[in-house]
Formats: sequence, structure tokens, C-alpha cells
Amino acid sequence: MRKSLSDKLAILADAAKYDASCASSGTTRRDSRNGGIGSAGGSGICHAYTPDGRCISLLKILMTNFCIYDCAYCINRVSSGVERARFTPEEVVTLTLEFYRRNYIEGLFLSSGIIKSPDDTMADITRIARMLREDHGFKGYIHLKTIPEASQELIDEAGRYADRLSVNIELPKDDSTRTLAPQKRPETIRAAMASVRLKQQASKERSHTGKRAPKFAPAGQSTQMIVGADGSNDKAILTTSSRLYTGYKLRRVYYSAFSPIPDSSAMLPLIKPPLVREHRLYQADWLLRFYGFDVDEITDVAPSGNLDLDIDPKLAWALAHRGQFPVDVNRAGRDVLLRVPGFGTKTVNRILTARRSGALRYADLLRIGARMGMAKSFVTTPDWSPGGLTDSADLRARFAPAPEQLSLF
Amino acid sequence: MYRVTLPTLGFFEAWRDAARRLLTHAVPPDQVEWGRGEDTSLFPADPLPEADGLHAATTTKEFLSLAKTALCHTGTEAPTLLYQALHRHQTNRRALANPADPIARKLSVLQKAVRRDIHKMHAFVRFRELPSEGQRRSFGAWFEPDHLILETGTPFFAKRFADMDWMIATPQGVARFEDGTHTFHPPAARPDLPEDAAEALWGTYFANIFNPARLHLQAMRSEMPLKYWKNLPETDLIPGMLADAEARVEKMRAAMPTEVPTHAERILSRLPQPSVPDLPNTMEEARAAAMHCKRCGLCEAATQTVWGRGHAQAKLMIVGEQPGDAEDLAGKPFVGPAGQLLTDLMDEAEVVDSWMTNAVKHFKFRPTGKRRMHQNPNRHEIDHCRWWLDLERRFVKPTLTVALGGSAAYALTGNDAPLKPRRGKIETAHDGGAVLVTWHPSYILRLDGPAAATARAELLDDLAAAADVIRADLSRPPTASSHV
Repeated sequence: MRKSLSDKLAILADAAKYDASCASSGTTRRDSRNGGIGSAGGSGICHAYTPDGRCISLLKILMTNFCIYDCAYCINRVSSGVERARFTPEEVVTLTLEFYRRNYIEGLFLSSGIIKSPDDTMADITRIARMLREDHGFKGYIHLKTIPEASQELIDEAGRYADRLSVNIELPKDDSTRTLAPQKRPETIRAAMASVRLKQQASKERSHTGKRAPKFAPAGQSTQMIVGADGSNDKAILTTSSRLYTGYKLRRVYYSAFSPIPDSSAMLPLIKPPLVREHRLYQADWLLRFYGFDVDEITDVAPSGNLDLDIDPKLAWALAHRGQFPVDVNRAGRDVLLRVPGFGTKTVNRILTARRSGALRYADLLRIGARMGMAKSFVTTPDWSPGGLTDSADLRARFAPAPEQLSLF
Repeated sequence: MYRVTLPTLGFFEAWRDAARRLLTHAVPPDQVEWGRGEDTSLFPADPLPEADGLHAATTTKEFLSLAKTALCHTGTEAPTLLYQALHRHQTNRRALANPADPIARKLSVLQKAVRRDIHKMHAFVRFRELPSEGQRRSFGAWFEPDHLILETGTPFFAKRFADMDWMIATPQGVARFEDGTHTFHPPAARPDLPEDAAEALWGTYFANIFNPARLHLQAMRSEMPLKYWKNLPETDLIPGMLADAEARVEKMRAAMPTEVPTHAERILSRLPQPSVPDLPNTMEEARAAAMHCKRCGLCEAATQTVWGRGHAQAKLMIVGEQPGDAEDLAGKPFVGPAGQLLTDLMDEAEVVDSWMTNAVKHFKFRPTGKRRMHQNPNRHEIDHCRWWLDLERRFVKPTLTVALGGSAAYALTGNDAPLKPRRGKIETAHDGGAVLVTWHPSYILRLDGPAAATARAELLDDLAAAADVIRADLSRPPTASSHV
């Protein structure tokens, strides 16, 4: 029996739910005053939230969940018994536009299982984006998943229509990829990221006549890494992330706690997803990108190379480096202030601005929005000194959750 | 005592005009009472002066933009604080720019609340399609914001949905957009919006895109507060989704890996299997095999194997150290700054055909901040990669090889003695071929002034000498021993 549009949507949305990416921000400003429909630019808008706490910004679906690859962590692998469906390109376009007109979404996030060949699949994905942009004048956000093995011409075309391109690295170590995703090649995935980066760089350069090259994926590229499907520790994960950030100028690395998939492969653990670990990795990732930390600084705090699950990585670092505290809020430089637990980037910017108008006191920091409950052990102001607090033995215990009573039996 | 009552629509303009008038008369903030909507005060107030007074009234663009947002906050705190700030600004221009200033802080809290409300309006308005007679499709929505954001929040929709007619009705008033014109109207009763088939599909999407294995209700509620739920069609589904979640996860856990469908084996066997011959027979085979090389650990961090390029039948082979950042991304050797310098010098030296490659075929680096810092390969890595270099040499059979820098010289000759005394001389490679040792172009890029000029001239000399050797060799009749 032929499946209805609603049946297909149920299957192909369900199949897309493991992709952590949802952002629709950071692209060029566009709106529909000169024709077409839609707008984009500025910060993304989350139109709804699901009970897993994640937002819906984009219509995130798979073009099809048929796949010729056999990646153990993926519900859509060829050897899984999951129900299969496939949208026609017209169906994807209609769903996107009708949902968009009702203000349910910011745009489309299209991924797909690999059918026939990587080139065939990439050509279909690109065709959907082309129909949206050229036939319907769609100005909303489009995120396309790039098939690493697809030809350069197809990826180039995809980048002209899409705001963002992404290739999922999925696993932090090459060996894990070779074991769990035998048809994928880590070097091909990295080469695809490199080519997107080079193409983007070229699109920003002006030709000798001063003409700007056509835009290429203006919202950059991103990737996803699954946490907990292989034995990699957090140091390995963050090391891979930092290589991806520096090498390919990724906007984001998304961490996705591996969750048990129905009809799962015997190769993988049937575990509860390590959500706290995922959260700590995001915090550490932030420290890498916005706070000037190195991977080693963050992960060398614990000998295991894993992040502390009870306290956030910046606090863990500060507790291990108490000799560098307390810092004088009125004298310390930006890089030092950024390392104070309880001070975020916005707080630090406000402190630096406020310092031009005179010395900051404890109450000023509270007004500015600093989390002083945490920060007070690490800073001094003219009217506050933490005294022995910085070096006190129970400082960690003040922030960590109370230890759980273990049963004797 | 003056009293200013702001209207429900157009309140920013009304506040600005009143504030300007009061300032020109230097009226202190405690002499003004601000109200909204109907004037409900029991006591009579002085009428506002009819014309501007003698004092100048100045402000900044930033302040007006702050005022425009903050004034949307319900209640009278915003107009009062804004007038206080404006009054103080006439004598103290810096106070408002200080984030620790109490008034600035209060205003920024108000502004933040309004901005959040506007953001939630942009997110949570849900249109339903209305019957339409003309060319343009027509949509309508009902939304209940916390603050007076109809005028500030709806231009967003005019930019986004320019090709359709729409109206957003709120308890404060109605915004309409018809044939490209955006208008505001006083509040009306909540409109009756017809059923829309897209809403059921949206519900299907909402119910299926969530992962029941990772419930995080607090995150959902903090971003989508309950007060908005009554006007969101999808939130009706949440109780059912929650009730089923545990059972769905249990089912996932309980389901043992099922039998592999019979077609899987067939599809997998059809996929092209990359076969790596033990000993490649052609340059192309060698290149393909090297793409998957994991002889040393460098492949894990580098993007890709950077194989040599040029004329595979050339008499001259040029060997550098290893690919750098640019080469690693492009997958081609000598495309970065050092490669550019080398290419220029080769043109100057009139080197015609050559095979250009590196001693180590993966980029070695350390990520620091936003850059990848090049690191020299160690002996172990050079030794492992020699397998590929030897293959390249077997296919190219060069008459002469130019070794650029110490790593290349070591890879070719096994001699890692300092380069300076060896530069410009010809040594013998492992395989017996002739190797001319010279500087690596990146060494020249690291030098300054006369030292750089000298090194450049030396590299150029060496390349020219190499070109001479090749020319001499080509003019001789070929013999069996011409490329040892």
C-alpha cells in the first residue's frame, strides 16, 4: 500500500531525530520585500520545544531512510529492520513552504540515507534546495547534509543554495569509524570538510575586478559527533573537535549522546544516553571557542581524561589552579576575567565597560549579572576579599551535588 | 505636578513628544506622573506646556532605541525610568553607558523582558489559512503577548511574509498586512480561525521528531513557558508523548537486534570495495593506495594524504618536507606560500618538467587557538613514509632529485647531518640515484633581510644547476644507465 504524506512524515522525522543540530542562525540577511517568501539572518528562532528539551527551528527530515551503508550506530543502516519511506522532492518542497507560511519553522534541514550512490543522493538533495530557492523564491534557512563521497560539482552547487552545509564526523577516532561504519572513510569526511572550507574562503575573496564571488554556505559548516557509542574519552573527543575547528573553521561541533536505537546493532551498548556528559562537552567546547582555553588545560584536570560530571569544566579548572586566584576584578585583563567561574563573556564585557566609570564593588557585580555565588571565592573587589575561601578544602563540595548515600547491600 | 497618559498604540511617539516638551521646560522627574490607557488618577494635574521651553533637550540614538523597546513593557515603570535617565543625561552623559548604573541596569532588565517577549512572538505565532478571494493567500493568528509589542514585533512578519495577506490579533490590538500595507487597529474579539489541514501534519512532525530516550522537561518549559501553550496547536500532544515515552524506550531496550533483512547482504556486496594491492603497479594505483595509508599516526589528524604531482615521466624530481596547512586542505603539494616561492624560483631557473612531492605525505600540526601550527616530522614518520617515496621514485625514475631541506635529504639519503655544508652538493640516494641537496623554500620565508636574499639566491642557483643537469642529460643519447 502506498504511504500517505503523513505516514512518510512520521517515519522520516523519526529517523532524523538523532541529529543534534537545529540552529538557524548566522546567515546573510534576506527578506521577501523584493519578492519570494521568507527571511533569514540574525539569531535563529526556535518555534517549538519537544519534551526532550530540544528546540524545533527547522523542518528536520530525511529525504529517505533507505540506505546502502551499514553504520552500526545508525537506525537507517542497511541491515536494520526499520520501516522505510521516501519523499518525492515535491513533497519536501510543499511541506517546507506550507509549514513556513504558518510560522512553524525557520526553514529546512535536509539529510538522507544514501540510496543508489552518493552522487545520486547528493543530486536529489541539491535539487530540492534548488526548487525551493529558484522556483519558489524561498528566502528562509536551508541546511543540507553533505554526502562526503559526492562529487565536488554537486557540493559546490549545494553550497550556492544552502545557508549551511554539514558533514557528520560521527565518531571521534578513525579506528571507531572504520569498525562501526565500514563503508565510511574518515579521510574522505575530512577532505569534504576541507573542500567546503576552501570554497567558502574563495567566496569571500574579491576578483581582480573587485567583483565578489557568489555566496557559498554563508552560515558556515558544522558537524556532529556521537558520544558514548565507542570507548573514546572526553580528551579524545575535544581534541578531535579542536582539530576540526582550527582546520575547517567549523561553526559548531554538535555532541549527541548516543541513545539506544530500536532494532539496534549487536555491536553497541543499550545504554541510557549520557546526557550530563554531553552537557559537559558542550560547556568545554564553549571554553575552547570563546574563553581561550586549550584542550589540554580542560582535560588534564582529571587523570582519566574525562570531564568532571558533578561540576562544570571551568570550575574544575579553577579548583585545580587555585594559585591563580583570587583575581582583582578592577585590574585583571579580559583573558584572566574569562577564567573566573561565574563570569560569562557578557559579564566580562560589562565589567570592562563599567570599569571606565570607576571601581566596581561587590554590589555592582551583582547588578551586572555576575553569578557571585560561584565567583565570590575567586575574586576581590575594594569591599570584598574571599580570605581563606579560595584555598578552603571544602570549596568543591560547595558546588558539587551532595554525594549520594550508597546502599550497603 | 504634570501627568502624561500614554495611548495603547503609538505610545513611543507620545512619550517622546511629552518628554521633549517637559525637558525644554527643565521639569524634574519627580514632577511628572506617567500613566497608560485610561486616565484613572483621582487628582487633577497641570496641563502640559503648550510650546517648547528655553532649555535644549538632547539624547542619543542608542537611548531612543532603548526607549522604543523598554516602553513596550507594561506598567508605568518604563516611562518613569526613561524620563529620569533622559533628564540626567542633560548633565551627565556617561551614566547610562555604565552597565553597573542602577537606572541603566533596571532599563536593561525591562528591555530584556520585552525583547524576549518579541522573540517569543516571532516564534510562537501560529497562522491558519483563511479563505481568500484574490491572488494572495490569506492567514490569521491569535497571540497573547505579555507586553505591548504589537507595533514593535510585527514588522518582522511583514518582511517575512510579504507575498501573503495576514493578520495577527492580540488583546492589545490587531496588526494587518494587506497588499503590502501594514496597519494597526484597536483590539477586537478573538477571531474564529478555521481548521487548517497543515496543523495535523505539523502535529505529526512534532510528535515524531523527539527522542523519548532523553526527556528533559525543564529545558522544554523554560524555553516554551506554559503561558504560551494554550495558543500553540502542538502542545496538546505533549501529555500523550510523555505518557508513551517510557514505554517506547522500554520497547527499544527490549527489542533484541532483529534479523538482518535478506536484501542487506546483497546491497553491501554490490558496493565497490576499495582493494589495495600489495605492491601497486602504476603511479595511479600507488596514489589511490596512499589515500588510505595509516602507517603512522599522522593520518588521524591530517585531512588527507597529499600525493605528488607533475610529470610522472619527468627527469627531475623535487622532494620537500611535508604538506603544510594549505596543502593539507587542497590535497595538493606546494600550493601554500612556500610552494608559491618554489614555483617562482623554478620558473626563474627555467625548470621545465618535474615531479614534485614530499618526504612525508601527511600534515603534522598542533592546533593552537585558531591556527594549525606546523610541526616537523620525526625520523620514525619519515622512515614509514619512505615506502611511498620509494614507490614514486620507482615510477618516475628521475635522473636527478632535488632534496629541499633536512627532512627530504634524510628521507632520500639516510643522512641527517646538518644541511649547511651539504647544500649545493650531489649525494647518493638509498636507491643509488643522484640527490642535489638544497634549502627548503620555507626556510627562506623564515629569514629576514640579507640572509633571506642569500638563501634565495642559493636555492635559485641549485635549481638552475639541476635544470642544466637535466638539459645535458636530455641532449645525450639515451642509454640503459641514464637514470640510476
